[in-house]
Order: sequence, then C-alpha cells, then structure tokens
Amino acid sequence: MSLIKQDDRITVDTFLEGIWRENPVFVMMLGMCPVLAVTNSAINALAMGLATTFVLITSSLLVSLFRNLIPSEVRIATYIVIIATFVTIVDYIIQALSQDVYNALGAFIQLIVVNCIILGRAEACASRNKPVKSMVNAAGMGLGFTLALLCLGVVREILGSGSLFGLPLFGEQFQPWVVMVLPPGGFLVLGGWLLFFEWLKTRKQQSLAAEGVTHG
Amino acid sequence: MSQKHIILRTAPHVKKPQDVPLIMRNVVYALLPIVAFAVYQFGISVLALVIVTTLACLGTERFFNWMGNKPSSLSDWSSTITGILLALTLPPGFPLWMAAVAGIAGIAIGKAVFGGIGYNVFNPALVGRAFVQAAFPVAITTWTPAFFTGRFSEFVPSSLTLPFMMPPETAEWVEQVAVDGFTGATPLALQKFQHITTDPFALYTGTVAGSAGETSALLILVCGMYLVVRKMMNWQIPAWLFVGVIVTSGVLYLINPDKNPDPLFMLFSGGLMLGAMFMASDMVGSPLTPRGVMVYGLLIGSLTVIIRVYGSLSEGIMYAILLGNAATPLIDAWTQPRLFGAKPKGKSA
Repeated sequence: MSLIKQDDRITVDTFLEGIWRENPVFVMMLGMCPVLAVTNSAINALAMGLATTFVLITSSLLVSLFRNLIPSEVRIATYIVIIATFVTIVDYIIQALSQDVYNALGAFIQLIVVNCIILGRAEACASRNKPVKSMVNAAGMGLGFTLALLCLGVVREILGSGSLFGLPLFGEQFQPWVVMVLPPGGFLVLGGWLLFFEWLKTRKQQSLAAEGVTHG
Repeated sequence: MSQKHIILRTAPHVKKPQDVPLIMRNVVYALLPIVAFAVYQFGISVLALVIVTTLACLGTERFFNWMGNKPSSLSDWSSTITGILLALTLPPGFPLWMAAVAGIAGIAIGKAVFGGIGYNVFNPALVGRAFVQAAFPVAITTWTPAFFTGRFSEFVPSSLTLPFMMPPETAEWVEQVAVDGFTGATPLALQKFQHITTDPFALYTGTVAGSAGETSALLILVCGMYLVVRKMMNWQIPAWLFVGVIVTSGVLYLINPDKNPDPLFMLFSGGLMLGAMFMASDMVGSPLTPRGVMVYGLLIGSLTVIIRVYGSLSEGIMYAILLGNAATPLIDAWTQPRLFGAKPKGKSA
C-alpha cells in the first residue's frame, strides 16, 4: 500500500508535531464543532479533550495494526467502524464516571466518531506507519487538541462564570460575562487565540529574518 | 516674466482640501454639544463614561497598530468618535469597567480585525454596545434619573463598580435622588410594557430617562444638521431612515392605535435620532449610490420599528443598523448605476 518509503524512526518531533507545528485546532482548524460547542467550562473542555485523545490513540493503534489487511476501497468505512467502537467505549466510561459531565457534553461524545482529526490521523499517519509511531503521533495530536480546548475553556469559564474547574475565583460579587458561555463567546475566544498565535509566529519569523541579516 | 498656465486635469475635481481627519474632527465637534448636554443632564458619571470609552478605544487602536507593525492611526480621530458615540449609547450609570470593555470590544472586533478605518463592515461603536448588551444584559438596561440633585458632585453608585464585580443595586439610591416618581424605565420601555406614553415635548428636549446621549432628539438633530450643512454627511441616509420609520409605524398605528405608538413618538424616542444621524450615516458601512442609500435607510427604519414593536427588547435601532451594515455590500451590488451609454441588461439583443 505504501508506495512512498516511510521514515520509521520515532523522533521527538513525531510527538511534538501535534502540539505546536500542526496543532489540530490552532493550525489545521480541524474539529471545530466540539471546539466551539463544549468549551464553555474548563472541565468540559478537559473531558472532551481526553475522550478524543483516548479514541485517537486506540484507533490509531488498530488502524495501524490492520493497515495491510484493509482494502483501500473500503478503508474509510473500516476506519469509522474502528473509531465508533472506541467512541462507544469512551461514551460508557464517561457516563460511569460523571453523569454531570456526560450531560454537559451531550451528543458531542458520540460525535467524536465524525471528528475529522481522528479520521485524518487514521488516513494520513496510522495507515502508513507502524503501530508505535502512529500511537506516539496520535498522543501528540490528542494532547495538542486537549490543550487547545483547555485554552478556550479556561478563558470562557473565568470570564463567563468567574470560576476555574468549578472553583469560584472572585467571590460572590463577580459579574459574569453572559456572552462568554454562549456560542458567540466560543467564536470570539477562538478568534482571539488564533490572532495571538499567528502574531507570535509572525514575530518569530521577523526576528529570525532580522538575525539572518545581522549574521549573514 | 511669469508665465500663465492653464492646468488641465481629468475628473474628479477636488475643490476643497477635505480629508478623513478633517471630516472626523468635524464629527467630533458636532458630537461635543450632545456630550455637554448629557453631562449637564446626568452629571459627572457621564463625563467619566465618555473619557473611559474614548481612552479604551484609543488604547485598543494603538495596541492593534503596534501588533500589526503599522503607524499610529490615532490622529485620524475615528477612534475618538467611536469612543464618544459609544458612551452616548450607554446608560448614564453604566459601570465604568464595563464601558471600557465595550470600547475595547468595539475597536477590536468591530474595526481592527477587519483592517482598521475604511474596512470596518460594522459601526464599531455599535459592535461594542452589542457586545456588552450580550455580556451584561442587566447593567445595560438599568437606567438612572436625569437632573438628580448633586449630580455634579457624586457619581451614580453603579459607575464606580470595581472591575469584574457586579454593580450594586441602584433602586434605593434612585428613590432618594429622583425628582418625581422616576420609574427607572425609558419612554420606549414604558410604552411597550406598561402602555404609558410619554409627553412628546419631553422627548424633544430630553428630560426623560435613557442612554446618556440619546435623550434630546432636537439637539441631536441640530448637531447632525451642522454636518449636513458642511457636506460631511449624506443627509439622504437619515432622511430615508425617517421615512422608513414613519411609514412602518404609521401602518402599524393605523392597524392598532391602542397598542402601537404613533410615528412621532417612534421618531423622537430612544436612540433613533442618534443612530440615524451619527451611526447609520457612517461612511464605511453605508451604500454608495443614491438608490442604495434609499434601500438602506428604509431597511433600517422599518427594521427598527419592527424590532421595537415585535421584539423582546424595547429598543431596536442598534440591531437594525448592524443588520443594515451587513446588508450594505448586497445593496451596493444590486444598485450599481448603469454605465453611461451601456444598454440595460436583457435588452441588448
């Protein structure tokens, strides 16, 4: 199946790729639906991120193990079946651990099945690489996704409810910013983070260019 | 010997050195009487409100200049206008920290992300107000009385709320200072929820409750006329907007005079005058052609009345203008003038 000779080595970059350079949310802009919908509190964001990470790693392992057995014509359907299996597992786990979180996340747990980050990893990485490498890469991606969700969830919860992970930060008199826990708040905070990261990147490039001028 | 030249140039012929900072400065001049009246009416709380929103707008503008490595655009006065206009649309006792949030949000979301002056799709002041309307729905509908005694020596208690804290209850304080039977509701809210119609004369002169700078319809009209006379504002925009308001509310009034207010009340109450004169006429967010301006004005006017009568809020001019701004590119595309000599579409064969 693999026409191109893949590099089998596992480097630090295999893991870090998903966290910074190819962050699924802030760089690739994938999986926007859960990013916007369930980040109204940090705990929801964390639960969603960990659930997705679990599905990512385990489905990557299975896809990678069976990569030479799956006919390429029906590969997408096969990946979906594999992913759906793990989503069902994670769905039951969350329900067993905390009914509150389960209710807050609602249909978005089941919708992890169609999260394009997972399908994208299966298609782009797991189906071409050995199991360990796919899992390391998936773990990085999952961590990147979780961190991104936390970035949004923390800001939205602090401003929208004055608390962090359910612990009040400012006392009784805090004025909640209603808009932040509503859908527009999700868009605004996501936009703010994108702006911030893009600005950081541009600044880094500029300083690199400036260094190149002085040293070259 | 000096030679005389005939200078030949192609159109457009610029007769006066009129640029963006000049027009914007004149808009500030036109707004100053309204600010002065608002301060006279509501006291130092409004003065602080204007200063805070203006500084927040200027600061945010400068911050985004710095972020984007662009030269400072503070000297074009447009952020100053945004700040003043924003303060005029807020309730007089609005907590100052929330006003700063409104200013920052207005410039950041309404202007900077689109690329600064000339690119803002929406009126930045209204974006700021819409943001705080969504974020702090209670504070933005809490009104305090006009002309209360001691307004030049003390702040409205809710003004000086600590940042991120909830403003204190003002009901008790209002009862102490209110001149006579102040109900804490604007004429529009009274009309809508309790069916009490305010005396029209009070609406013209501004002796009613309401946002800081929207209460005297007459003064706003005069200040707007200054810009029209100096040809710095397209008078057709407010004119068509008024037509839209009168026609729509006229029809509704004829259908049900008991429930729906008459057109004159619609025209002079709430923020309609301020919105029509200084916000709908924003050069960037309004259409270019005369026909487009007509559609735009009528759209905003009728939407305002519809939101006021059928919506859950008592005031509708803010969302009406924002929707009008959103429709502007479409209106512009519809109302392109025919090129001179070009044949109308469909008749070319």
